[in-house]
Amino acid sequence: MKRLLFILPVVGFLVLLGVFFVGLGRDPRALPSAFIGKPLPTFATAPLREGDAGLSNADFQRGEPVLLNVFASWCGPCRVEHPVLMRLRQEGVAIHGLDWKEEAPAGRKWLAERGDPYIRAGNDPSGRTGIEFGVAGVPETFVIDKHGKVRYRHVGALTPDDWEQKIGPLMEQLRKES
Amino acid sequence: MRRVLSLALALALLAGPAGAVNPDEQLADPAKEARAHKLSRELRCVVCQNQSIDDSDAALARDLRIILRERISAGDTDKQAVDFIVARYGSFVQLDPPMRLDTLALWFGPLAVLVLGGVGAVIYMRGRSPATASGELTAEDEAELARILTSDEAR
Repeated sequence: MKRLLFILPVVGFLVLLGVFFVGLGRDPRALPSAFIGKPLPTFATAPLREGDAGLSNADFQRGEPVLLNVFASWCGPCRVEHPVLMRLRQEGVAIHGLDWKEEAPAGRKWLAERGDPYIRAGNDPSGRTGIEFGVAGVPETFVIDKHGKVRYRHVGALTPDDWEQKIGPLMEQLRKES
Repeated sequence: MRRVLSLALALALLAGPAGAVNPDEQLADPAKEARAHKLSRELRCVVCQNQSIDDSDAALARDLRIILRERISAGDTDKQAVDFIVARYGSFVQLDPPMRLDTLALWFGPLAVLVLGGVGAVIYMRGRSPATASGELTAEDEAELARILTSDEAR
């Protein structure tokens, strides 16, 4: 009993060390969305592509899970993730895009140069639409389930690893949900 | 020259931290502006997380300062205006976290650690301290001593 009491602080210290060590590896920007488990708020944006429909929350009730990718041509990490999005689109993953805090011509130029992975693409020059669902910066990718509810928020560039380990399996699981 | 210098010094000392609020964001009504200013100091900027949106130069912080002022101009109470932003960015943005079931550990965790540590320390000290002894012998002790010394046990 007495010996146990002596070991207790050491155990406490080791637990604390473990917590801090895990905390070191975590990205402090990766906050959970305030919308997890809730439907996207009502919004409607202007179209990014000329002669196209814009993006609205109704586009997320398609009966299949879909990604919502928030991007901008002025954003560096967006360049990194763009080829990944192009590949996913080719593989049949549904992706909607929101061009955040820039005028439509800049976003159109970006898509013309690098390819267009989006089904629907909205333009949000003031950034107010993104703020409606808690966008803090670009790029951000939201996983939306069959019923239009937000299930996951990914902050930063979407890498092949992120897709294979986290978002791909999640999309697969959402596809099976009723 | 001296007068100018001392005046400049006095003015410099008067000036508080300015924050990042730009003149074009401020409301014309001083009372509403004061409310907005106070609220924006209590809201965390999600881009540079240890600054309030009042201090931050981030574009998003500016947007949120403007939204806050729009809500207040539209007649929101302080709580409604803050709730508007919390609904979008989560309770994390409140630099002064509200007391709720999921923040109890945050509020009372340190106190719990202090109490546990205190209890542990008391138990430890009690276990260590020798039985209270003044050094003086009581009358009973003297009698006992005399009995032992004069009895056979002493030999």
